[in-house]
Amino acid sequence: MTHHSDRPGQDESIQVRLKAGSVQALSIKVDALTRVEGEGGLQVTVRDGRVTDARLNIYEPPRFFEALLRGRRYTEVPDITSRICGICPIAYQMSACQAIEDACGAAIPAPILDLRRLIYCGEWIESHALHIYLLHAPDFLGYSSGLHMAQDRPDLLARGLRLKKAGNRLMEVIGGRAVHPVNVRVGGFYRAPARRDLDGVRAGLDQARQDALETVRWVAGFPFPDFSQDYQFVSLRHPADYPITAGRVVSNRGLDIAVREYDQHFTEMQVPHSTALHSVLHDSLPDDSVPDDSVLHDSELDGGGTYLVGPMARYSLNAGLLPVTVMDAARAAGLGSTCTNPFRSIIVRAVETLYACEEAIRLLDAYQPPQPSWAEVPPRAGTGYGATEAPRGLLYHRYQINADGTVAAATIIPPTSQNQRVIESDLRAFVADRLDLPHDRLTWECEQAVRSYDPCISCAAHFLDLKVDRS
Amino acid sequence: MSPVGDGASGPVGGPVGGPAHGALVIGVGSTYRGDDAAGLAVAEWIRAAAPPDVTVLRHEGEPISLLETWDEARDVYLVDAVSSGGQPGSIYRFDVTAEPLAARLSPYGTHTLGVADTIELARALGRLPRRLVSYGIEGSCFSTGASLSLPVREAVAVLSERLLTELTPGAPAAAAG
Repeated sequence: MTHHSDRPGQDESIQVRLKAGSVQALSIKVDALTRVEGEGGLQVTVRDGRVTDARLNIYEPPRFFEALLRGRRYTEVPDITSRICGICPIAYQMSACQAIEDACGAAIPAPILDLRRLIYCGEWIESHALHIYLLHAPDFLGYSSGLHMAQDRPDLLARGLRLKKAGNRLMEVIGGRAVHPVNVRVGGFYRAPARRDLDGVRAGLDQARQDALETVRWVAGFPFPDFSQDYQFVSLRHPADYPITAGRVVSNRGLDIAVREYDQHFTEMQVPHSTALHSVLHDSLPDDSVPDDSVLHDSELDGGGTYLVGPMARYSLNAGLLPVTVMDAARAAGLGSTCTNPFRSIIVRAVETLYACEEAIRLLDAYQPPQPSWAEVPPRAGTGYGATEAPRGLLYHRYQINADGTVAAATIIPPTSQNQRVIESDLRAFVADRLDLPHDRLTWECEQAVRSYDPCISCAAHFLDLKVDRS
Repeated sequence: MSPVGDGASGPVGGPVGGPAHGALVIGVGSTYRGDDAAGLAVAEWIRAAAPPDVTVLRHEGEPISLLETWDEARDVYLVDAVSSGGQPGSIYRFDVTAEPLAARLSPYGTHTLGVADTIELARALGRLPRRLVSYGIEGSCFSTGASLSLPVREAVAVLSERLLTELTPGAPAAAAG
C-alpha cells in the first residue's frame, strides 16, 4: 500500500455541462474513478432532452492474466488467478479449481466440497459487509464516506467491522490468510483445519448471524429511489442449495444450461470505451443482429443481450432455496420473490450475508476434516469449465490443459464484465427520468446507481471531487 | 477491482520477547510493487535487530485486519511507502495519536480505505493505541515486478537505524523528519 497525494494526468472531477444555447443538452462526466485497482469513469450524454449515451469507461490497462496463464502448470492456476482480486480471491480459486478438475476428469469428495463452500461463505460475509457498511450505506444516510459515517455512528461501523471480521476469520483459518488465501489447491486443500481450529470461528458466527439480522432490518429502512427495470437475470441454480459453489446457469427467460455450454450462449465483445470486454447473452438477440462472422458490435445490438448477474439475480432466481429463517427476514425487510430495484440490492446483500452466516454455522457444526484433504488430480489433455457465484455474481473460467499439465488456453469472465452493459443501460433509463433534478443531485444519484451494482470501480466514487460547470 | 495483497501478512518472527515495552512495528506494502515494499523492508531490518520486547509484523494494508493488529498494542509504529511528489528516499514521521496524517500524504489505497483512513476509522471507533507513529518513505517506482529503487534502499537503512534507536528503552524520541 502506498500513500499518494495525487495522480498526475487524471482529473478527479465530475463535470455537468449545459451546452451553449440549449437547456436540453447535458453531459455528466466522471473522468477518473480513483483509489481502486481498476480504473474507470462515467459519462452520460443528453441531446434534445433524450439520453443518447451512457458509458462506463474502463481504461485500466489490460492485465493479461489469461495470457499469463498459458504455459504455466495447471496446479498454479488457483494461486495465480486469486491475484485478480483481493476482495474475492476465493471465487477465483474455486472457479479455477472446478474448471481444471473438470478438464482432468477428477471427482472431488463431498467433504472437500463442503469445506470449499464454508470458506466461500467467509468471502461472501466479508465482501458483502464491506460493501454494505463502507461503500453503499453512506449513500442512503447522506455521508460522503464510511469514515464520515463512523465519526457520527461508530456503533454502526463497529457492527459492520465485526461482521466483516467473522468472514475474514473463516478465510484465515481455512485458507491460511484473509487476502489471497494460500491453502487452496487443485483437488482440495493442502491441509484441512482441525475442528478445534474452527471452534473460535464458530463462536464468532453466532454474533455475526445476529449482526447480519440487524443489518437486514437496518438497511430495509433506507430511502430508496423509485427505479425498477425489467432485468434478464442470470445466475447459477443448484437443485438443493442457494447457489455459491455449483449449479447450472439459468435465467428468468428460459436459459437453463450446463456450465460447459456457457460459450455457446454468451459472447464477449470489445467496445471502444473500455479495456474490459463486454459480455452478451446472445440467446436473447434477434437472429439478424448476429453477423455472419459472429463478431458482435455494440453499436449494432441496440442494448440487446444485456443481462444482470449478482445478488439480485441470485435472489430472484433462487429465493425459494433460502432457509425459512432467512426468507422471514427478507419478507420482513420488504423483499418479495424478486428484486428489480438496484438500489434495494443492499437489502439483498444483507439477506445473503445472513444466509452465509447460517450456512457457515450449518457446515461448521457438521464439519469433520476431510481425509485426505485433497483428491489426486492427474493432468490429462482436455478442456474444463467452472462457474461459481462470486459475491458480485457469476464467475466463469475455462481452461484447455495439455497432456503434460501445462495450460494451453484460459478464459476468465468476471461478474463486473458481465454487468457493464446493464449498468450503462440502467444509467440511460435512470437519468432520463431525472433530467429536472439539480445537477449535483443528479450526479450524486448517478454515482449511487453505479455503486448499487458493487462493481470494483464503484469504491472510488466515494472519493470523487465534484466540479460543476454550467455555461 | 483488486486490493493487492502480496502475501506479506503475518508476523515476521512473531514476538521476539516479553511485553515489557510492548512496541509493535508494522511494515505495510506489497513485495511486488517496487518501492511499495519499503515498509516491508524496514520490518525485515527491525526484526533482525529489534530489542527483545518488540513485535514486528508485515501487512498488506487490508484496513480491517490492520486495525485489529494494534488492538492489544500500546505503542505502534507504522511504516509505509509514500508518493507525494517529494524527493525519492525522503523520510517522513508523524505522530498521529492526536491528529490525522498530513493532507498531502492522504492515502492512495488499492480499494476502499488506505492507511490514513484506517487510522481515522480507528480514531472514530475509539480503537487507536496509546501512541501511533506513522513513518513514510518517499518512493519513485511502484511498477509491478520492480525492486526497491536505490534512494529507497538507502532510506530503508537510515529509517531502520533511526527506528531502532527510537525503540530502545530510554532513548530520546525521534525528531520529525
